[in-house]
Amino acid sequence: MSHTNESGFETDEQLTDEQLFGHLAEDDIVSLSRRERFERILDAYFLAPGRVAWDDWRTRIGILVVTLFVFFGTIGPRLVTPPATNQAPNNLQPFDGGVAALWEEGGWIDIGVDHQLSMGPISVPGIDIRYPLGADNYGTPIGRNLIHATPDMLEMVVAGAIVSVGLAAIFGITAGYKGGKTDEFLMYITDIVMTMPGLPLLIVIVAIWSPRQAWLIGVVLAIDAWPGLARALRSQVLTLREESYVEASRTMGLPSRTILARDISPQLMPYILINFANAGRQVVFGSVALYFLGVLPLTTANWGIMMDTAYSEAHALVNLSNFYQIFWPMAAVVVLSFGLILFAQGMDRVFNPRIRARHAKKVGSDEEQIN
Amino acid sequence: MRYFVKRVVHAAVTLVSVTTITFALFRLMPGNPSQAMRAQFEADMEAGGGTADPEVLDAMVEQHIGFNPDQPWYVQYAEYLQDIILYQDFGQSYFYNEPVFDILFTAMPWSIFISVYGLALGYTTNILLGAAMAYKEGSRFDNYATVLATFLNSVPYYVGAILFLAFFGYELGLFPTGGRYNTDLQTGLNVRFMASISYHAVLPVMSSFIVGFGGGALSMRGNSIRILGEDYLRVARLRGISSTRIATRYVARNAILPLYTQMMIGIATVFSSSVLLEFIFTYPGVGWYTYDAVMRRDYPLLMGSFLFFTIVTLIGILIAEFTYGLVDPRIGSGDHSESY
Repeated sequence: MSHTNESGFETDEQLTDEQLFGHLAEDDIVSLSRRERFERILDAYFLAPGRVAWDDWRTRIGILVVTLFVFFGTIGPRLVTPPATNQAPNNLQPFDGGVAALWEEGGWIDIGVDHQLSMGPISVPGIDIRYPLGADNYGTPIGRNLIHATPDMLEMVVAGAIVSVGLAAIFGITAGYKGGKTDEFLMYITDIVMTMPGLPLLIVIVAIWSPRQAWLIGVVLAIDAWPGLARALRSQVLTLREESYVEASRTMGLPSRTILARDISPQLMPYILINFANAGRQVVFGSVALYFLGVLPLTTANWGIMMDTAYSEAHALVNLSNFYQIFWPMAAVVVLSFGLILFAQGMDRVFNPRIRARHAKKVGSDEEQIN
Repeated sequence: MRYFVKRVVHAAVTLVSVTTITFALFRLMPGNPSQAMRAQFEADMEAGGGTADPEVLDAMVEQHIGFNPDQPWYVQYAEYLQDIILYQDFGQSYFYNEPVFDILFTAMPWSIFISVYGLALGYTTNILLGAAMAYKEGSRFDNYATVLATFLNSVPYYVGAILFLAFFGYELGLFPTGGRYNTDLQTGLNVRFMASISYHAVLPVMSSFIVGFGGGALSMRGNSIRILGEDYLRVARLRGISSTRIATRYVARNAILPLYTQMMIGIATVFSSSVLLEFIFTYPGVGWYTYDAVMRRDYPLLMGSFLFFTIVTLIGILIAEFTYGLVDPRIGSGDHSESY
């Protein structure tokens, strides 16, 4: 893999070296055409991991769920009409009409030639779906609400995950590699943040600054998410720093920055990517919790706001006929986080070299496939 | 001994740092809460028909937030720190008009009660379930339990709490839906009162259990499986050590170690979860007062409860660190690695 990447940058002197020790190096490296190189990269980085991932049903579900949410977060709002009050009958139950609605007129679904489901520019003839998830006390369709809350949610998740993973990487990798006083100081900061109880801290910060943009809320939520990961990364680096190639770079007098960027970080990439999904999950939990408590300003759409409305206005817990109103947003949170966990576990499997080796069917190689 | 001294010093330094952060937050707030409070008092007094004397106002603000807003910041900081550490004076609640310390000190045991039981139950389940999964690795039980644990891990504790409250509390009426005990009963050390407390605590503890449960069972399973493959275990078997001893002294002990560290981090998470849980179950502990303080813009109470949470967490972590020696006899011998 690395040969393929570097072959483009090799200079003349290195070529003569390779001619000298030609029998040691792979002959075909220099003669790879651009197309072959592209195919190899495609195979190494996309197809092989894809095969490993798709092979396991858990990862498959994870990928599907995450893709579904990304779809709802990007294209969904363009297809579905924005929610507003009184679009549907007040207090409409989910799947109104039950199974019978499939063949009877009215209810949540109608099938027939004269029906047509139009979603934005696309229209599907023969079927008509009306507010399948029901509507709240003010006649706002819950399904539309859910879909239109997804883009802000995604923005929050991505911003929060980038910031928390970034902070954790800076703190954890530097502390683990440098050791000594730097390590002590950085871990001291990490410990303080870890000791401060997350939710009360977030509530205090949010009460003071009341962030309005979705990405900013994500960044604030990252404060709670990074210290644990920083600790974990540090312990990973502690073993990596003793590796011989790291020692070689150090002996060559390369600056720590270069060693961290070239030797250490690539080894940690899988681990960081896996934790990206986990940090995203924490941001989802945190933001829904804060919106449910009602401490964040109502400037973005969020499932937590729907839960809060259902809880405090529809009394969904006392009056269980309204329970569906709080159930759908909760289901969205659970499904999204279940998807993220499965996705993270699947990525763990993808990056695991032993599982990967079985699936790495190189393009053009005659290696027989085991399994 | 050095280990313990170091830990205590570390905790003390953390406490001072967190207090500094709360102080900074207090001062950095836009429209400074001390200013806001002053304006509030002024409005109150003028509504009462009196005229607001600036010095009286200053004195009132100082009584509530713990420092005089007209002094330079370092004097304020010194006073604030001194009040909290020496006199346990967290200021006065704006809404309840009582010292913050008194309000929170009576509420704290309830929060600790719920959180500690949740944490203990959660981790016990983690260890037992994880060990069972590792023991039966690859079996159908292992597969189902892994998926189940993963799924439970993706249910946020507040979703659990809402479901418990709706079905066990309101629908089936099995458990009370709020409060800490039956207020008709005579308080004190009598059986009925204690029973009422436990009865009211069932649902909150069950929800807190979800927090403690987390992903611990899966990591316990992973640790145990990794240790089961170690060479020293084969040696132990060859030496003819009984399998009970191997399971408890060799496998369990080594597998629990990382979980114990994870639990120390989990202490902060469990205590923070009490804000939402106590809100959902209307259980007046420190978390409930935190929520109440935000809603009423009662800043002294809010800051006080944040500090309370930090202190409780610090004490919890200290206890965990002191008992760490029971699990891992190697403490204090950690060698310092070379610094680059």
